[in-house]
Amino acid sequence: MNFNEIFGTFGLQSTSFLFQLLIVLVKIAVVIAITMLHVAYATYFERKVIGHMQVRVGPMRVGPHGLLQPIADGVKLFFKEDIIPSNADRTVFQIAPLVAVFATLSSLAVIPFYDIFYIANINVGILYIFAMSSLGAYSLIMSGWASNSKYSFLGGLRSTAQVVSYEIAMAFSLVSIMLMAGSMNLIEIVQAQQQYWYGMYLIPQFVAYIVFLIAMLAETNRTPFDLPEAESELVAGYFVEYSGMRFALFFLGEYIGMIVMSSLAVVCFWGGWTVPPILLKFIPQLAIVPGIVWFILKVYFHIFLFYWIRATLPRYRYDKLMALGWKILIPVALANLVVTSIIKYIY
Amino acid sequence: MLPQIIFGYFAIVTIVLSLVIITRKNPVHSVLWMLVLFFHIAAIYLFLNAEFIAAVQVILYAGAVLVLFLFVIMMLNLKEELSSERFIGEWPIGVALGLSILLFIFFSIAKLAPGPLGKFTIELIQKETHTKAIGKVLYTEYILPFEVASLILLIAIVGAMVLAKKRT
Amino acid sequence: MTPGSYIPTEYFPVLVLILVSIAFGLGVILIGGLVRLKRPYKEKLTPYECGNPMVGAPREQFSVKFYIIAMLFVVFDVEAVFLYPWALVYEDIGLYALIAMILFIDILLAGYVYAWQKKAFDW
Repeated sequence: MNFNEIFGTFGLQSTSFLFQLLIVLVKIAVVIAITMLHVAYATYFERKVIGHMQVRVGPMRVGPHGLLQPIADGVKLFFKEDIIPSNADRTVFQIAPLVAVFATLSSLAVIPFYDIFYIANINVGILYIFAMSSLGAYSLIMSGWASNSKYSFLGGLRSTAQVVSYEIAMAFSLVSIMLMAGSMNLIEIVQAQQQYWYGMYLIPQFVAYIVFLIAMLAETNRTPFDLPEAESELVAGYFVEYSGMRFALFFLGEYIGMIVMSSLAVVCFWGGWTVPPILLKFIPQLAIVPGIVWFILKVYFHIFLFYWIRATLPRYRYDKLMALGWKILIPVALANLVVTSIIKYIY
Repeated sequence: MLPQIIFGYFAIVTIVLSLVIITRKNPVHSVLWMLVLFFHIAAIYLFLNAEFIAAVQVILYAGAVLVLFLFVIMMLNLKEELSSERFIGEWPIGVALGLSILLFIFFSIAKLAPGPLGKFTIELIQKETHTKAIGKVLYTEYILPFEVASLILLIAIVGAMVLAKKRT
Repeated sequence: MTPGSYIPTEYFPVLVLILVSIAFGLGVILIGGLVRLKRPYKEKLTPYECGNPMVGAPREQFSVKFYIIAMLFVVFDVEAVFLYPWALVYEDIGLYALIAMILFIDILLAGYVYAWQKKAFDW
């Protein structure tokens, strides 16, 4: 039985199969290349933005205005020794950073960057992102447990509890988006927002958006919810024992997670790659700007928001963090859902 | 042919992974292998045209239940667990039980006849999307089991509180 | 289509990306392994504890609170899973679905209030 016969029975000729595989691989290569470039310079912009907000200049030494700093950092991390503590669980210790990258990188599959550019168009898009981001908890708990160090273990436990708590708030806030759009397909959600003159769910679902934003910060372990890392008490939390490239993979996971969550916010609340119809009516020239530009602008606004919040807010206390997630966000998101469904019924 | 090959792959990997899970000495390793297993089970659901169930399999089992397992295992004293022998003296009884269940399955498979085809054909589910097809049935025909599920969840909350709280 | 002959072709790119992202992580580590230093010695491989020798066992018993949070997470995650198909078919079923879901949420709200009363959310 040859290749053609196996696929031929399903209308898939091997040439068309290989051609499709090639298209998918090219798309993935483009997405990963852009993501990696973004991550490298996201660290640079983070240091610059926060530096200027705190009346410093940020990195200046390597290249003009420190532009080559991320490359220097990358090269340094690449050549650093990969230390595995003697009493660590070697296999789990080595796999944990791979899980961190896997969980966030594979979430990019369903993000519609543009109406004709996405890797996969599946009906359960939001659930796929939930499923993959819930895997992120494993990298935390695995690294924390396998390092066999007090700081890692505490950091891993704390961050797992934090991530799972805020996952519920995030799920509830997005259920009201599914309710409005009547779909879980991210492309259909973007298209559903076009039927309003304001072209985004941000306005009717403002409460859900705020809940989502807070949960997004907690899910990606960013300030003010960066307790798992908590430099001052836990030195670095779950990845204190990691060095070199494995340490870099945790960072990579965190920054790709920021892109995924920002993209999800843009797709679900900001209308994705579209422009509000009302704006298009008054300024028709906007229609010539390709949608991908809007998408990137909206995503970068959210990423800037991450930096802004980090430069502004102090770290939360752990008991307050849990209280915020369970006592405020979950009831607010549920109440918003019930109110949304009642209003939707009346209409 | 292709669906059979794919199903064969997932079936074999599922069985092999189950064996791997029960033979690990370290319970944490068992749980992590289980994570891989759940992904394969989700893929089987995907090939059964049940994408919602596949997503739920990963969200609930891999994302929630296994995290709980890990927490429970980490609360145990693993040092004792690792040094103690996993195969206890009663293992012949276990093997006999396992073999008899295997024989039971082997003989009952021959008697197995597929039931009549239901309303939801592959084409219908593809047209309607799987999640909507489930929803339409769950919230109309099976409304009572759905409400009973909430009671079960309520009992789970109460049980968790009662078990974990100190008596004051 | 006969049952059992279905192939979810729209998930094919997802599978490819999953394989690529596993290969990416492995590749970065393995290529790095060719060039990076490897000079381990005993002190370097001890767990980090701010320079002091390690005190006590690294994996100590932890607060039961984490355990309660994990259990409540399972319960509320199941609740969220029931909400997803409901949100999608709400438009088609209407008032019936609304009442059913409000009843469902109310029953769980009782459990939520109970957990709050029992100070499960206080650290």
